[in-house]
Amino acid sequence: MISANLSAIFYLISGVLFILALRGLSSPETSRKGNFFGITGMIIAITVTFLSIGNFSNGFYFVLIFLLVGGLVGSFIAYKIPMTAMPELVAGFHSLVGLAAVFVAVAAFLNPEAFNLGVPGDIKLGSLIEMSIGAAIGAITFSGSIIAFLKLQGIMSGSPITFKGQHPFNLLILISIIVLIYLLCSTQSSNLFWILLAVSFLIGFLLIIPIGGADMPVVISMLNSYSGWAAAGIGFTLENTALIITGALVGSSGAILSYIMCKGMNRSFFNVILGGFGATEQSSSSQSTEQKPVKSGNADDAAFLMKNASSVIIVPGYGMAVAQAQHALREMVDTLKKNEIKVSYAIHPVAGRMPGHMNVLLAEANVPYDEVFELDEINNDFANADVAFVIGANDVTNPAAKTDPQSPIYGMPVLDVEKCKSVLFVKRSLSPGYAGIDNDLFYKENTLMLFADAKKMTEDITKNL
Amino acid sequence: MEIDPFIFRLSIFILSIFIGYYVVWSVTPSLHTPLMSVTNAISSVIIVGAIIAGLASNSEGVFNISSIFGFLAISLAAINIFGGFLVTQRMLAMYKKKKKSK
Repeated sequence: MISANLSAIFYLISGVLFILALRGLSSPETSRKGNFFGITGMIIAITVTFLSIGNFSNGFYFVLIFLLVGGLVGSFIAYKIPMTAMPELVAGFHSLVGLAAVFVAVAAFLNPEAFNLGVPGDIKLGSLIEMSIGAAIGAITFSGSIIAFLKLQGIMSGSPITFKGQHPFNLLILISIIVLIYLLCSTQSSNLFWILLAVSFLIGFLLIIPIGGADMPVVISMLNSYSGWAAAGIGFTLENTALIITGALVGSSGAILSYIMCKGMNRSFFNVILGGFGATEQSSSSQSTEQKPVKSGNADDAAFLMKNASSVIIVPGYGMAVAQAQHALREMVDTLKKNEIKVSYAIHPVAGRMPGHMNVLLAEANVPYDEVFELDEINNDFANADVAFVIGANDVTNPAAKTDPQSPIYGMPVLDVEKCKSVLFVKRSLSPGYAGIDNDLFYKENTLMLFADAKKMTEDITKNL
Repeated sequence: MEIDPFIFRLSIFILSIFIGYYVVWSVTPSLHTPLMSVTNAISSVIIVGAIIAGLASNSEGVFNISSIFGFLAISLAAINIFGGFLVTQRMLAMYKKKKKSK
């Protein structure tokens, strides 16, 4: 058994190590060391908890068993998961953090003596407030992440689900959560605690269903933030520094990522959260049914264009992840490089279904990270490049965002793909992208459409090079 | 008059938000996915609460409703801790610089 002061110092150390873990991610070289700091911090926190309780009776073995079972499941998932499924994995993990926060809050509510919070029915007011806030946010994180997971996994349709009076209804529920927390704290009634949890689960579910598939980068970041605030709420209840520091770090991390993603789409956070984007735009796509001429080509044409180019910029998008085309793409690039062609990759902030999604896939395919550029770094290079190879991206290349004030994506930063001498656009059909709008790029003089599965087309091009 | 310890915790919380703000802005965009998986792993330090709940055995024995919730939370958090750190490790191992051997 170690003293409360000593364990508090150790919790502070693990909090600092978590800060260093995030700090390490400022560059790929230092990132691995950062992850090691994070693991060390976690080991310290867990060990200190055992030592400070100092109860190594039979309960201890059950703790170890449950820890081990969870650890094995987690390790198994971590080794098996394909990199393309990373958004689903992260959404799933968020839901677990949320549920764990709820369970800890429930345990603390039922047995407050164990946490030095008072006795059932007479829990310290401050602790009860912190606990109920932590539990409510945890529950929202859980059910929200489950919906995000189902949408990403394709089990649930990615299109927004909206109904009449949705926003007033959600607002009503949010207000009722605040009222419930107030009543719970004044009456200490356990029934109200369960109702609070149920209502929070419900609102988490309702908040995410109207948000469409391509807005998932924002949703995942937002839920990341929520899971942090839930942890911080529980941290206050447990008076645990490590948990408070971590909660604050994760909370602000998720908030910053949401901000970056919203900015990448030039939409306000509330616009994304209120949802329905993409569902209401159907009318605009119907007016463009008149057939505009499109130049389409095959792998041979594409190979010819690229062989005669001196620089090629590759623009990957979610379609590359769906088709699992990253390895085929790398092979194509290897062949191009053998022909002394300069190749770089341009990544839009919201390409894919989560922040940094494309970077991970390219890294998996052994693309060196110093060939991969962000929007700001590479956008001026399109004017000097010979060929832009757009694979699985669409809205992020649409010049309408710069030229057409009527367009729903007007103002969104886009890659200046049309400035290239020629554009190769790998796509399965002419169907509009997620935003439900036509891409002018398809009809440009210098655009060659390659209608095929991204992976197959890339392989065919490689053969023809 | 003595200052409520809550105020100290609140100070830590607020300052940590600022640390988080500056640290996360310095994260390179290409590592945003590992950032999410590692924040997942570290927010599972909530397991310390679960362990306290799980070990809070009273006279009735190891299992009571409260400790069962604790045990379940331990497993959930452990999935996240192991899964989160390992998958981050796996991702970070893939980020390589331009060819040295080729």
